Formats: sequence, C-alpha cells, structure tokens
Amino acid sequence: MKSEADVVIVGAGINGCALAYELSKRGKDVVVVDRRHIAAGATGRCGAGIRQQWSTKENALLAKKSVEIFEGLEEELGHPIGFRQGGYLIAIHDEEDMKQARKNVEMQKSIGLPVRIIDREEIKEIVPILDPDGMKAIAATFCPTDGHADPFKTANAYALAAIRNGATFYKFTEVRGIKVENREVREVITDKGSIKTKFVVDAAGAWSSRIAEMAGIKIPNKPVRKEALVTEPLPRIFDAMVISFRHGIYFSQMARGEILGGIPSPEEKIGYHFEPTWSFLKKMAYMLGRYAPILKGTNILRQWTGFYDVTPDALPVLGEDKNVRGFIHCHGFSGHGFMIAPMTARLLAQLITGEKLDLPIERLSLERFEKGTVKEKSVVG
Amino acid sequence: MKIVCRCEDLTEEDIVNAIRKYDMRTLSELRQILRLGMGPCQGRTCLPIAARILARETGQKIEDVMPPASRPPVVPVEIGVVGEDEE
Ligand SMILES: Cc1cc2nc3c(=O)[nH]c(=O)nc-3n(C[C@H](O)[C@H](O)[C@H](O)COP(=O)(O)OP(=O)(O)OC[C@H]3O[C@@H](n4cnc5c(N)ncnc54)[C@H](O)[C@@H]3O)c2cc1C
Ligand code: FES
Repeated sequence: MKSEADVVIVGAGINGCALAYELSKRGKDVVVVDRRHIAAGATGRCGAGIRQQWSTKENALLAKKSVEIFEGLEEELGHPIGFRQGGYLIAIHDEEDMKQARKNVEMQKSIGLPVRIIDREEIKEIVPILDPDGMKAIAATFCPTDGHADPFKTANAYALAAIRNGATFYKFTEVRGIKVENREVREVITDKGSIKTKFVVDAAGAWSSRIAEMAGIKIPNKPVRKEALVTEPLPRIFDAMVISFRHGIYFSQMARGEILGGIPSPEEKIGYHFEPTWSFLKKMAYMLGRYAPILKGTNILRQWTGFYDVTPDALPVLGEDKNVRGFIHCHGFSGHGFMIAPMTARLLAQLITGEKLDLPIERLSLERFEKGTVKEKSVVG
Repeated sequence: MKIVCRCEDLTEEDIVNAIRKYDMRTLSELRQILRLGMGPCQGRTCLPIAARILARETGQKIEDVMPPASRPPVVPVEIGVVGEDEE
C-alpha cells in the first residue's frame, strides 16, 4: 500500500470514482479505498435515472450541468456508459400538484431546460402502455433530455480513466480511522495500512456518518433501506422514466427491455436493514398494474435492497469541513446521487485544487442545518 | 469456446478477460459488468461454474468466492398476481 497521497477518497461508488477521475485529470495523486469493490454500495443498486426536473435550483443546476457532462462522457473516458435520453414523465394528479408543477417548470425553464406540461393524450403518446385513469393523472411534466445511464459501466468507466491517469484503487480495504492533528487531516488508517494525506473525502454513501465520526465530525445523515425490482425483458415499448411524487413510484424500460422500478416500502425504516420485503413487492406490483395494466402478465425476476443516505432537506452535503481542514464532505445524496455525480465531482475537484468553482456550493455546506433549510420536494422511491 | 452463461451468452474467455481487466475478486462484480447470472434462469446453472473459474483465476478458495446474496422472488412471479389484493 502507498504510504502517502494528495487525496484519499473513501468509497468507490459513482461519487468516489468520478472524483478520482476529476482529480487525477488535474494531476493529483489520488487513492480510492473501498471495503468491497466498485459500485458495491448504492451505486450498484440504483435506478440510475437522470432527472433535471427538481424543485430546488441547487439540484436542478447540478443535474443539468451533469447531463451536459454525461452527453460527452463516453468519449471523454474512453469507455461505454450506456447513456440514453428518453426523458422523464412526471405525473400531475390534481390542481395542487399542478400549482407546484407550474412553479417548478418556470424555474426549470429559467435555467434552460426544455421541460413542458403535457396532457393525458400526450402521456399515452410518449409511453403507450400508461393508463392515465389508473395513474389518476390529469397531466404530466416532460423533459426530453432527462435519461438514464448504466451505473456499473459509468462507475467503472470513471475508475478505469482515473487509473489511466495514475490513480490507485484499493478494493476490499476498509477505512478504520482518520488521524486529525491541530484540526487538520493527517492520515487515513485502513485494515491494510495507513496513508499520509492532507485531504480525505467522505464518499462512503450510507456509511458516511461513520467516516465523519472517525474525524470527530457529526453529520445528520441517516441510512434508509430502499427497494427495487426488475421484470423479464419485453420488446421495446418506451424510453421515458415514469414517476409520481404522490405515489413515490418510478419505473422505466432498460436498454435490454426489462422494466426496472421502485416505490417506498411500507416497512421503510432507518438503519442498516438489508432484507427485501414482501410488502414492497406487493405494493410495487399493484401500482405498476394500475399505471400500466398491460404489465400484469409480466414476470418479476428479481428484487433487491440498497440504501439512501438521507439528510434533513434531501440535498447533499458538499465541501470542506469548517472545523477539520482537509475533510471533504461528499455525501447525503438521498435518491439522486448518481445523476448529479459528474458535476459534483468536478466542483469538489475544483475546490480541492483551489480552482474557481463553476457553481457555488456554500448552500450545500454542513453548517446549513444549523440555520434551517428548504426541503427538496421532488423526491421519489 | 466454452459457453458458461447461456442466458447472457458468455464464454469462459469473456469471464477470464473481465476478471483480468477489472481485477475482480467476486461474483457480484461479474454480475455487474457482464450481467453473468442475470438472465431468466437467474444464474442457477452458470454461477457455480463461474465461481470455479473465478477461484482458479484469482487463487482464492471456492468457498471464499462470495456467492451473491439471494434475492427474492426465488421464482419469477407475475405482476398481476402479486399486486392483486392491494387497497
Ligand atoms: C433503490 C435505489 C434507487 C436509486 N435510484 C436512483 C436514480 O434513479 N438516480 C439517481 O441519481 N440516484 C438513485 N439512487 C441513489 C444513488 O444510488 C446514490 O445516491 C449514489 O449511488 C451514491 O453514490 P456514492 O458513490 O455517494 O455512494 P455508494 O455508491 O453507496 O458508495 C459508497 C461506498 O463506500 C464504501 N464504504 C463504506 N464504508 C467504508 C469504509 N469504512 N471503508 C471503505 N469503504 C467504505 C462502500 O463499500 C461503497 O462502495 C438510488 C438508490 C437506491 C438505493
Ligand atoms: S445461464 Fe447464466 S443467467 Fe441463465
């Protein structure tokens, strides 16, 4: 194991891998440590939907800038990532939804997103198997540049490109401690040895609070079990991701024809619970049957669980800690840490190397929780 | 060329190449990258064979080649059947 590095990143999920790439591209000597392997956490279990339609400008901008990066990412990294833009169709169920949708669309348009409100007829044109009655939808919003990428391929593409730039990945290596002296990061201690460094990045997903604790930092994040399922492959029917904030459901048809989706589980609770539940399966199947009755004869092949790393306002925590110099927060991504990873990584790399940031991130600092926050309303799963 | 995973059309050579390229140690990495065992049979036939290849290539014991956690439903179920009696 190397004894020294410019930056040590804890966690080889999409965020750790993307940041390793952005830093190595800037000439930094980067080490990534993961107790399992690449994409073993939430990244390898996620829907990997990419949505720019958010209610807070912070999320909408991060997502939009990330889409711009995703569009050229295969070429930049030199490896496939399975990116496609089939749009996101978000159900509007009543007048109250419509009011919020109008507000969201206005803000989203102001930052340049091609989003619009569509009627029930157009819902069926975009996703022919949907039943607006079963959905209880009066309309929807649609943004054609939203989409999806393959989470395994994307994380690995970033990792391979980072390695090509000189980054080192230690898989199956667990971070056990962080040495802090004079309120500065000095060393990262793993079960395979220690690495001297000035910067440590907490990109440990649902385990982020444990890593922060190692440096004496308390963060409010909570791990919440989430479930997803996938069906047998079907002939190509639709490309959009269908979601509803009211019902919490999201689903889309993947590149190989299978339908992948999720919904909040009735037994959702905080903590490290890995077991899939029967009640999730029932609820998801029921709701899918209502949204797209034709799917009732389709077989579900597989169900799994993963964790959201949830903050009180459902926005991520980004930036350097105010009390421990060199401790970089990169966590709290709730259900959308995949889609904003490209831009998040770029911003944190700019921060670490002392460049000017493309977007301000002060509003995503840890300190915001002391002041009171505006919660992101547009969440699913 | 020896076929290992019929559902996903993967040969022994595909598996060995991926193990070397990505420096893999687990079946779960093979599942993610190659979709090994993700087909309609959910890996019933191919995972044990792939585990032997992985153990051989990486010098691990076959027992240490972590089998991916089993994920219900154990047999495929129809959406209309599981979702029937909600609400
Ligand atoms: C069911 C589900 C569906 C989702 N759908 C979407 C979606 O459609 N779109 C979207 O954008 N997001 C989605 N998400 C959220 C998304 O998956 C996450 O926000 C994102 O993957 C987080 O990536 P990460 O790199 O920050 O963390 P992770 O991918 O969780 O990686 C953290 C890594 O840290 C490692 N680690 C932890 N502790 C230690 C330690 N002590 N030492 C060493 N390593 C350690 C873990 O092994 C893990 O590999 C979904 C999540 C779930 C669970
Ligand atoms: S043979 Fe590999 S999944 Fe069926």
